[in-house]
Amino acid sequence: MFQATELNRKNRAVEAAMKWLFLAMTLTLVTPVLIVLGMLVMRGMPAISLSFLLDDPINGMTAGGIYPALIGTICLVIVALIASVPVGVAAAIYLAEYAPDNWFTRVINLAIINLAGVPSIVHALFGVGAFVLFLDFGTSILAASLTLAVMALPVVIVATRESLQAVPQAYREACWSMGATKWQTIQRVVLPNAISGILTGIILEVSRTAGETAPIMFTGAAFFLPFLPQSVYDQTMALSLHLFVVSTQVPHVPEALPYGVALVLIGIVLVMNSISLTFRVYLRGRKKW
Amino acid sequence: MKAEQGAHSGGDARTFDWWVDRLMKVVMFIGGISAIVFIIGIFIFVTKEGVGFFGADSKIKEFLFSPLWRPTSDTPTYGTLALIAGTASVTGMAVLASVPFSLGAAIYIAEFAGPKSRETLKILVELLAAIPSVVWGFIGLSIMNPLIIQWFDVPVGLTVLNAGVILGLMAAPIVTTIAEDALKAVPDKYREAAEAMGATRWQVIFRVVLPAGKNGLMAAALLGVGRGFGETMAVLMASGHSINMPSSIFDSVRALTATIAAELGETAHGSEHYQALFTLGIMLFVVTFIINLTADLVVRGIRKK
Repeated sequence: MFQATELNRKNRAVEAAMKWLFLAMTLTLVTPVLIVLGMLVMRGMPAISLSFLLDDPINGMTAGGIYPALIGTICLVIVALIASVPVGVAAAIYLAEYAPDNWFTRVINLAIINLAGVPSIVHALFGVGAFVLFLDFGTSILAASLTLAVMALPVVIVATRESLQAVPQAYREACWSMGATKWQTIQRVVLPNAISGILTGIILEVSRTAGETAPIMFTGAAFFLPFLPQSVYDQTMALSLHLFVVSTQVPHVPEALPYGVALVLIGIVLVMNSISLTFRVYLRGRKKW
Repeated sequence: MKAEQGAHSGGDARTFDWWVDRLMKVVMFIGGISAIVFIIGIFIFVTKEGVGFFGADSKIKEFLFSPLWRPTSDTPTYGTLALIAGTASVTGMAVLASVPFSLGAAIYIAEFAGPKSRETLKILVELLAAIPSVVWGFIGLSIMNPLIIQWFDVPVGLTVLNAGVILGLMAAPIVTTIAEDALKAVPDKYREAAEAMGATRWQVIFRVVLPAGKNGLMAAALLGVGRGFGETMAVLMASGHSINMPSSIFDSVRALTATIAAELGETAHGSEHYQALFTLGIMLFVVTFIINLTADLVVRGIRKK
């Protein structure tokens, strides 16, 4: 019969104590967020109604709705997607399918990591220098969206590369042995098998770009502009900047209004994230390999 | 047009498909180098707008060592020392607040948690990462601010403490995720060998897993620093945004990033003030570049082993 010694008992107690300590640390991180989200919902809900979503802001942004900001954010995200997805997917295909394992590929990977780490305000400066001034787009949806696109590029590249790499090598080899070229293999075998993973990445990108503020402040988002944009060369309002403006720049805003804006913004972001998450869980269950 | 010719060249192996294959390889390569192009582009364009600042008379000394940032006074001075101190204090506070908890959370998720609770906790951590920075700033402004005033009985709640805690929560998901990856990368044989010697799970973690994963944990903490350093909107809204050499965590400060965000809209293109703000941008770019590069080298260090 095994008899627990003093040492065994002590070890077990330490282990249990450590497990609880680390659980407590984990909970310290995640509970404040849940509390804060709860507070946003509680204080923001009273402000939200259909007319809040569909009216223009009035009385110096102290009343009315957020319609132009909502539409503006959607426009910015769509143009940013159109610009970044083709480039990002091409980059991922190059890295997953073509790139040899050498110093140059290492440099590309380093550039991707660094691009993801560049502060958002530096992206904004780049947007001003490159898109607003050098390419002469002016402060416009085009300039703001391209700035967002550069910023989101690493997200698309990394997500796409991962889902391409998850396609088993045997699929490619089977295709090559039928005499297909490399591109035919990518187009007919690899991409169809990876498409859902790529979509997951794109939805994640939508959620990131919708919330960004600093990169669009000086490149195309306007403080107050109660019209809908007519072309990509127009400025536009955006939800994220609108939240900044009503919570810091405008006096006498009723308390519920910024909470309402925050709630709509975070609602969009979390819905996008949940779609991406469910998609991922569903895919994992369905994988053929 | 070459492709068309290729399609009709009979016995030649260079069919239409061959040319398409060639063309697509080039197209994908162009996409592949886009990240390099943009990194270089960011450096060139930000430098191009800012470099004139050091043109006429060298102001490097004032820029680096004077705490006086007075761009709109009659005799403007552009000293960044107080801004650097602001960024450093807020980032330091964020690291203190978040790195221990994030590493603890990573250890729990990777080593203790069962599969179900691991999934749940990872989703919660992702939720933390999804909240936009302007919403964090708003939380600092409207929820943390009154709490700090009430709890610590101070006149202003927009302080190093406020911005540091907010930044800490923002950096936590990155630190946790990367640290968890690093712990998972420690081979299971190590754990099994230790367990076979009769070690308890905590002994395995403390004596085997943590030493083996230590580089990855360091890289995780470093990337957390990088995140805090470069954050803009949240710091702008939660730090109080007043120029100050902080002496306690209840002082308001102003960060480098926040200064650019708050002032760029008011400057005339090409003015000295405008160039000074772009010079701050170069500084931010270079520092984050070094942080990311170091983190990558540290991680690569473990991979080689």
